[in-house]
Amino acid sequence: MTKANTLLIRTPEGVVFSQTLAGPMSRCLALAIDLMAVMTAASMLSTLLMALRIIDPGFAQAMGILLSFVVWIGYSIFLEWFWRGQTFGKRVLRLRVVDAEGLRLKFSQVVIRNLLRFVDMLPLFYLVGGIACLLNRRSQRLGDVAANTIVIRIPKISEPNLEQLMAGKFNSLRAYPHLEARLRQRVSAGEASIALQAILRRDLFEPAARVELFAAIAEHFRSKVQFPQEASEGITDEQYIRNVVDSLYRPNRGSMKPARPEAEPVAVPQS
Amino acid sequence: MTTEQPYWAELESTLNRMEGDTRRALPLEQVQRLHYLYERTSAGLVRLNTFASEPETRRYLESLIARAYGEIHETRDRQHRFSPLTWFFQTLPQTFRRHIRAFWLSVGLTVAGAIFGGFAVAYDPDAKAAVLPEMFANHLGDPSERVAREEKNPDKTSAGGMSSFSAQLMVNNIGVSIRAMAFGMTWGIGTIIILFYNGIILGLVAVDYVMAGQAVFLLGWLLPHGSIELPAVIIGGQAGLVIASALVGWGRRDTLRARLRAVTPDLTTLIFGVALMLVWAGIVEAFFSQYHEPVLPYWVKIAFGLVELTLLIAFLGLCGRKAEASPTRRSGAATLQPAHD
Repeated sequence: MTKANTLLIRTPEGVVFSQTLAGPMSRCLALAIDLMAVMTAASMLSTLLMALRIIDPGFAQAMGILLSFVVWIGYSIFLEWFWRGQTFGKRVLRLRVVDAEGLRLKFSQVVIRNLLRFVDMLPLFYLVGGIACLLNRRSQRLGDVAANTIVIRIPKISEPNLEQLMAGKFNSLRAYPHLEARLRQRVSAGEASIALQAILRRDLFEPAARVELFAAIAEHFRSKVQFPQEASEGITDEQYIRNVVDSLYRPNRGSMKPARPEAEPVAVPQS
Repeated sequence: MTTEQPYWAELESTLNRMEGDTRRALPLEQVQRLHYLYERTSAGLVRLNTFASEPETRRYLESLIARAYGEIHETRDRQHRFSPLTWFFQTLPQTFRRHIRAFWLSVGLTVAGAIFGGFAVAYDPDAKAAVLPEMFANHLGDPSERVAREEKNPDKTSAGGMSSFSAQLMVNNIGVSIRAMAFGMTWGIGTIIILFYNGIILGLVAVDYVMAGQAVFLLGWLLPHGSIELPAVIIGGQAGLVIASALVGWGRRDTLRARLRAVTPDLTTLIFGVALMLVWAGIVEAFFSQYHEPVLPYWVKIAFGLVELTLLIAFLGLCGRKAEASPTRRSGAATLQPAHD
């Protein structure tokens, strides 16, 4: 609970895990998307009710009033319950409503945080909610305070899978096992970690920066061990680093142990 | 990491299973296994925290631990299967009685408003125009004239018009009740204003009609829907006052968060109860209350209203008392919590 945009939760086991809080701006954008979704739903409903109007105009009008109220109030409640804390807008922006203490989100919490929008909306454009959100240490609007919920950002989570990095890719360095062995010997833990992290995070870089970064790293690794010309001919610097990572981390003959014993603590802490 | 990975994957798949079908209770061995996996993964995270180079893995483990933590440390009542009947006949009246003081306060505020409104119109007939909102515009004239007008044109609206009027009433009243609850977050000030203002309108209209000698018409017109609608709005106010009292927390030692957490399920129960009551009131108001003497004798309407009120009092006062008395059944009482919680 100390860092500005992070909520730290300490479990009774003494383990601390963090949740990144969503700021007012991203929540505003999510709200805008949700408003659009509600309006789309309402207009679809009115189109459907047009057909009913031919049969009974009064009943159609009554249904119109009731259903638009239900959609207006129930949209967020239903979706946040059904999708465990997410609406369309929150899904798009990778936000999620969670219990403020890290416990399971309850239905009553979803209902209360959404009904208390009536206060947060005041006097207009969610001014009260916005101010509460800015002042609150955990970026909660009044509805969140009452329901004990927070809105967090969901990190892109995937189990790190080293084998998949090379899936379907040919490693031209494998043709030179003695040079690979020399590479493993000469590369330090830190250097191997740089190569691995660069490959893991390759999609997060700007295109120009990505080319530049991989050129620099490839240059460094080329200076460590000189592979024959044909091994690196016609492949990009990124592919070269990918090959290096494969050579450094590839398990030996299908066993689960990393390629060289001393390379174990490299980027992957030994367990 | 390679040796730990199978444990993480197992924890992840167990969590996926649990989150997918939370109604199913895990057998003891699986619970023990889950706890073991959770502790092992926690230990992995602690060890990993010393390595700065593994942000992805750390985030992955943090998210796993966050999910497992939610499952393991959740101590609040876990709903097995939501039963609407149990909720309606036990949870709702029990919850209402649990916060009976807030209800009486809510009644008191409405009555105070009504007395104020009554005095206002008795001493200054112009007050009516100043206080009544636009939707009550048809009450601005002389009550006797309105009674004569209504009695003369009994069948003026079609059934279709009635149903849209009914829908309008439900939406408006549910909106007012939700606001009365939500404004509890202003330390109750907003709720108090809403209840008092509602009381003023009620007192103003009532005294206006009584002074014009139209008391019977007034009862016949208001009682059939008012006997449910008015208590519903007052219960909405009760919910608002419950929030306010949790916020203020006079003389209580638990934290603000703990106090709010304790009342959240009750608020949900109360507001859903209010919505149900107002749906009923809206139907009655549009299809029953608006028909007057030549069509429907006033005594029928008054008797109907009184029967409704008696049933409501009996329901809120008596239902679920047996379950309350036996502790084993009470623990099984449903909170408003649909299926997969």
